[in-house]
Amino acid sequence: MSDFTLTLIKLAFLAVLWLFVIAAVGVIRADLFGSKAATKAAARAAQQPRSHKAGRPQQAAAPPPPPRRGAHGGGSGAPSKLVVVQGERAGTVIDLTGVPITIGRANDATLVVTDDYASSRHARLYAQDGQWIVEDLGSTNGTYLGRTKVSRPMPVPPGVPVRIGKTVIELRK
Amino acid sequence: MNSLGEQIRSVLPYQRRNAASFALLAFAMVLTLSAFAEVGLARDGYLPAGLFTYGGALLVLAFAAYFVMAKFLPYADPLLLPLAVALNGLGLAMIYRLDLDTSEGHKVAQLAGKKLIPDDANATGQLMWTFIGIAMFVAAVLIMRDTSKPDAPLSFTPKTAQRYTYLTGLAAIILLLLPIVPGIGAEINGAKVWIHVGPLSVQPGEFAKLLLVVFFAGYLVNKRQAMSLIGKKIGPFSLPRARDLGPIVVIWFFSLGVLFMQKDLGTALLYFGLFVSMLYIATQRLSWVAIGIGMLAVGVFVATQLPFMAHVNQRIDIWQNPKPYFDGGCLLHDGKVVPVNPDTTIYKKEQAAGSGYPGFTACTKLGGDYSDSRQLMMGLFSLGEGGVLGKGLGQGEPWRTPLSFSDFIFDSMGEELGLTGLMALLLIYALIVQRGMKTAVAARDPYLKLFAGGVSFVLALQVFVIVGGVTKLIPLTGLTTPFLSQGGSSLMANWILIAILVRMSHDARKPAPQAIQDEGMTQIVSTR
Repeated sequence: MSDFTLTLIKLAFLAVLWLFVIAAVGVIRADLFGSKAATKAAARAAQQPRSHKAGRPQQAAAPPPPPRRGAHGGGSGAPSKLVVVQGERAGTVIDLTGVPITIGRANDATLVVTDDYASSRHARLYAQDGQWIVEDLGSTNGTYLGRTKVSRPMPVPPGVPVRIGKTVIELRK
Repeated sequence: MNSLGEQIRSVLPYQRRNAASFALLAFAMVLTLSAFAEVGLARDGYLPAGLFTYGGALLVLAFAAYFVMAKFLPYADPLLLPLAVALNGLGLAMIYRLDLDTSEGHKVAQLAGKKLIPDDANATGQLMWTFIGIAMFVAAVLIMRDTSKPDAPLSFTPKTAQRYTYLTGLAAIILLLLPIVPGIGAEINGAKVWIHVGPLSVQPGEFAKLLLVVFFAGYLVNKRQAMSLIGKKIGPFSLPRARDLGPIVVIWFFSLGVLFMQKDLGTALLYFGLFVSMLYIATQRLSWVAIGIGMLAVGVFVATQLPFMAHVNQRIDIWQNPKPYFDGGCLLHDGKVVPVNPDTTIYKKEQAAGSGYPGFTACTKLGGDYSDSRQLMMGLFSLGEGGVLGKGLGQGEPWRTPLSFSDFIFDSMGEELGLTGLMALLLIYALIVQRGMKTAVAARDPYLKLFAGGVSFVLALQVFVIVGGVTKLIPLTGLTTPFLSQGGSSLMANWILIAILVRMSHDARKPAPQAIQDEGMTQIVSTR
């Protein structure tokens, strides 16, 4: 073996050694922040039991056709997921498909919050003209969009926190 | 103590990471096999036979361990097993490489009719011990049941040991004292850390380390309330009561006793550091750490001033200035060092007089203490030879250092892998320790928290003491480098340690039992 080949082999081995360390760190990173696949699986797991528990035929509430993205104004694309940033269920991610999302303590809500400050049917998020609208469903303690109390249906821009009791959610692209 | 763990558990989705673990384990085996391949290609120009025998055997062992873990502990931490396998594999490859050279040296010596040194690099032996170590891992994974149910029949978990706290402590001290008992104790290479059991020599200190963690955890879980709450506050420190200082004083005397009996600063540092760190984990009070460091500093300073502790003094002198001791040096009582290496006239005079150990005899006649820094200096030369990128596996001359396969394997790695490789090795240790600490944070039971924190910290401290020793950062101590060094006791103890962490991480990461029904106050909870 020539010296050159041996040097190449030596460097290749060191590279493999470091790649191993980097791969291990990558696994830790995925453990901390969630890998893409794991987040999707978690979101699916969070959504599915809810629709089963409702106990009604699913076709009864046929979902409205998904909003056309970017068809109306905006131009920058509609949010694609709902993230719980604070509260009991922090870290939960729900994919936005155009189906309205109900939030509350009731078991049939899309996002069930176990929180003394939330009402059974607290608020609703629905898509309209490529925008997501938050509507308070007559809750006791109110729903807040940023710092304003939601008294009538209001559009939710991505990244603005919506507070329901102790839970804070955000729409993200 | 619980809040952070609760937070992490509430944020993290419970997930099995078996695929990631499997992929990393495969990567660790690729790493090991390419190490064997590089040794063969560099030495002979073709793939060595050892690649298939040693590498293949390790491959089978590692995946057997993986499947047992995936079957019985699916939520276990994905990193612990692959990282341990990578270290064990790299160590095996390095020992195989040293074995090739030393066995050639043996043949030459045999032909010349010289006496052989029986204590030498032995890759077959190390593979056997790896087998036993991984078998212990598998057995421990199978035997230990759920740590939240310590009373289940036929299960011995760390939690079970909590009931026998003081017996465990007693067992640890007996194990530590065994090597100085005449008859079964054996002095190998100047260190009294071995005992003979039949044909085998065992280092009981490696197991005593784990038992000490059990003892400290059990003791502190009972006493931490008193130790963390009561006391006067002076400035930023809240000082403990005098009566709570009792245990730390006892451990302090014990560590200084080790320092005196075994002339060994590193071991004393290991046990004392373990206790202080666990005390800190249990009480979260920095004052304990400050008190501990202060006591150790005072103890070591006093020890070096005492006339009958000259040996300790000498170790420190070698550490500060090893050059005059190369191949033999003599520390006189006024602090001067007289070299008595084979080039000096006094050595030659004694040799002519027919002394078996001329340097030692010359030194005794001068009235000083004899010591040799050859091993340390050779290790440093190895590191220097390696440089940043190393010589490449199979291309350096690490076997020149005495004990290059056990105590000094880190320097051997440094010669052939360079600083780049050593940094990666240290990072692998750091990752194992991090996973252990993570397990401690996520564990629910305070005793298990202390236990996981303690075993992770003792591993980190041991790596620090031996790596610091062979790189001349601190005075040298003959400890094993976990998973890399040749030696059965160390491999077995460390594989059991990994098994315990894996078991605990599974219990901490698995989902809480699911309620079978939703309604009402009374809930049936799954009994699994």
